[in-house]
Amino acid sequence: MNTSSLADLAPGLADPVHDAQRVFRRLLDAMSRPGRLQSLGAGVVHVNPPQGLGAATAAVLLTVADPDLRVWFSPNDHTEAQTAWLRFHTGARIVETAGEADWLVLSANDARPTVWSEAGIGTDEAPHTSATLLLEVPSLAAAPGLHLTGPGIEHRHSLDVGGVDTDFWEERRAREHHFPRGADLVLTCGPLLAALPRSTRIALED
Amino acid sequence: MNRDAMNNPSDTSPRRAWLSLLAQAPRDLLATHAAPVIADHHFEWLRRPETGLTMVRARIANGGDRFNVGEATVTRCVVTHRPANGPATVGVGWVLGRDEARAEWVASLDALLQVPALHPVLSKAVLAPLAEALAARRAADSARADTSRVQFFTLQPEAS
Repeated sequence: MNTSSLADLAPGLADPVHDAQRVFRRLLDAMSRPGRLQSLGAGVVHVNPPQGLGAATAAVLLTVADPDLRVWFSPNDHTEAQTAWLRFHTGARIVETAGEADWLVLSANDARPTVWSEAGIGTDEAPHTSATLLLEVPSLAAAPGLHLTGPGIEHRHSLDVGGVDTDFWEERRAREHHFPRGADLVLTCGPLLAALPRSTRIALED
Repeated sequence: MNRDAMNNPSDTSPRRAWLSLLAQAPRDLLATHAAPVIADHHFEWLRRPETGLTMVRARIANGGDRFNVGEATVTRCVVTHRPANGPATVGVGWVLGRDEARAEWVASLDALLQVPALHPVLSKAVLAPLAEALAARRAADSARADTSRVQFFTLQPEAS
């Protein structure tokens, strides 16, 4: 990394300690209330994301990443700037293949069904060693689309995720029997955030 | 951190020299020389000051095996300076101890010193007095050490 590329880096969290605490709280809420939308807007966190990443994706990465975390970015036009940015601010290890990663950062175009088989799902003895997918989608709304049930949802919850093929969700459904193994999914869209942990059961509404 | 530059020392040696000088400068000197210069310019944080431990390593007699001397408290920060004309420069400040203001001054000066138009002015206004003070301190230290130097003389045995 030379200085000219250092000059192009996006800044990190404006208030590292408190911003990260607020983001972590929202992420925890999102995970415990699957499908419920959380906002990481200007009132919660001030982040100036690098090119090609949304505000919520950038805030989550700055919050969870540290030198022990292996992160994989799906190849895109700005991968180099994104990896340099994350490495500078958090020291996270950037890995070349999706299978080695703890966190996988994807855009909706890369949300292919094969991602579910590439991502680590942990073992029965250590299910927490699985991977988490961080998927940025063009739209995210509390509207009919996915029909969610499971822990953290009293009756049912609807979530509309734009830009992701039904194959992707079919593959996710086909893997529900692996529980407690399995990958967790965090969806972001601009400053919005929702999570679908492995315990959530998904049905497609028509 | 700066791997490309390290392979090409001719490119960075002036910068390495001024960073070393700034990092060793005592607080009061930096405050009198650096703070007024920096106040005229605008900087953005790339990494806010953070304090942590770093392992200090050395080589026996400067050429032997590497060993860990011990851990030292270090404060570091990184700032970006975007001049009205010309490319943005990034300044890095690392100082021993917990003084965040010192790290900020060093980083800001490092960024300004990389701007070609400002470099000559700043060298004269800031680097020169700091270098002078450092040389004076070194001279005073060695003069003080010199007073306790022990000279061993062995007299030539007289021929009998």
